[in-house]
Amino acid sequence: MARIIVVTSGKGGVGKTTTSAAFSTGLAKAGHKTVVIDFDVGLRNLDLIMGCERRVVYDFVNVINGEANLGQTLIKDKRIDNLFILPASQTRDKDALTLEGVGKVLEELSQEFDYIVCDSPAGIERGALLAAYYADEAIVVTNPEVSSVRDSDRVLGILSSKTRRAEKGEEPIKEHLLLTRYSPARVQKGEMLSVEDVGEILAIDLLGVIPESKSVLNASNAGVPVILDQQSDAGQAYEDAVARFLGEQRPHRFLSEKKGFLGRLFGS
Amino acid sequence: MNFLNYFRSQKKSSAAVAKERLQIIVAHERTTRGGPEYLPMLKEELLAVISKYVEVDREAVKIQLDRDGDCEVLELNVVLPEVESQAKLR
Ligand SMILES: Nc1ncnc2c1ncn2[C@@H]1O[C@H](COP(=O)(O)OP(=O)(O)OP(=O)(O)O)[C@@H](O)[C@H]1O
Ligand SMILES: [Mg+2]
Repeated sequence: MARIIVVTSGKGGVGKTTTSAAFSTGLAKAGHKTVVIDFDVGLRNLDLIMGCERRVVYDFVNVINGEANLGQTLIKDKRIDNLFILPASQTRDKDALTLEGVGKVLEELSQEFDYIVCDSPAGIERGALLAAYYADEAIVVTNPEVSSVRDSDRVLGILSSKTRRAEKGEEPIKEHLLLTRYSPARVQKGEMLSVEDVGEILAIDLLGVIPESKSVLNASNAGVPVILDQQSDAGQAYEDAVARFLGEQRPHRFLSEKKGFLGRLFGS
Repeated sequence: MNFLNYFRSQKKSSAAVAKERLQIIVAHERTTRGGPEYLPMLKEELLAVISKYVEVDREAVKIQLDRDGDCEVLELNVVLPEVESQAKLR
């Protein structure tokens, strides 16, 4: 039986797809058979970030409609063993997904895989609900910024009321906070909410802090998940987060800027 | 305290303002979350009825849905204005 992980946020553009790509790659690298599903029907993008856009033949909606089977549709990653991608449809609209259809596909994948990572679309409407509905764990991707934090809180409300586990009265979804696009220098200047501030407001377990980093854009340009750029701060931060997810204790890095000359002189 | 801190302490940082605003809005949104859709409307109508008899402001009426085991409890809390309650006692 697979663990189903939804990567969600409410607010758009905060780093869900970046995180889904990094996380699924990290889990597979750690030896777990992993599939990552693009739930953003109509706005397929995970394939580009994973670098497999030219190998898409069938998609999630084709599988739900019985037009193709999983074997024909899953794309095997070329770099990492154990890693597969289930692309979203580019042409259909988001009503093409149904609760029952999604449930069936997830159940079939569950027989084969250890982890199923669901890359949620933005918003708190149908598409996001479907991505979260069957989840066992949730990675709530948040930027240190007011609207993102507020939306994350609303998503937490949905996770605890509108999902399968909530409706069945089972043990609640395990929620993890992933704070991304973090700038320690700006936090130090009092211009950006700190990880402590966000943690205090959302009050869920902190899985990791991913710094604002040029390496993320470079990675997406190349179609290589940033976690594979082991020289980069963001890549290392994602690797730490995956290790923590798998139960390892690791200290949080990249929470402070190395002080420049003036900073050292004046302290603070 | 060095002199940089002195200037910093003059004005609240923008992050501190953000945090304060977030704490207020999130707390507010959490109280209305998960309840039935009619809850805000119910509150409005109750407010209208209560206003027929006593003058209360919006903040004085708190309505909350709690879960107690299998049962849901609707809790209504009305704070009556000082003068009004005294007038009634006389
Ligand atoms: N840690 C980071 N540092 C710098 N840029 C980042 C970081 N994380 C994400 N980005 C950038 O932010 C943008 C949005 O990222 P991404 O597509 O992962 O967000 P999303 O939440 O999936 O968006 P959507 O809601 O549209 O699906 C991209 O341009 C990405 O390169
Ligand atoms: Mg996305």
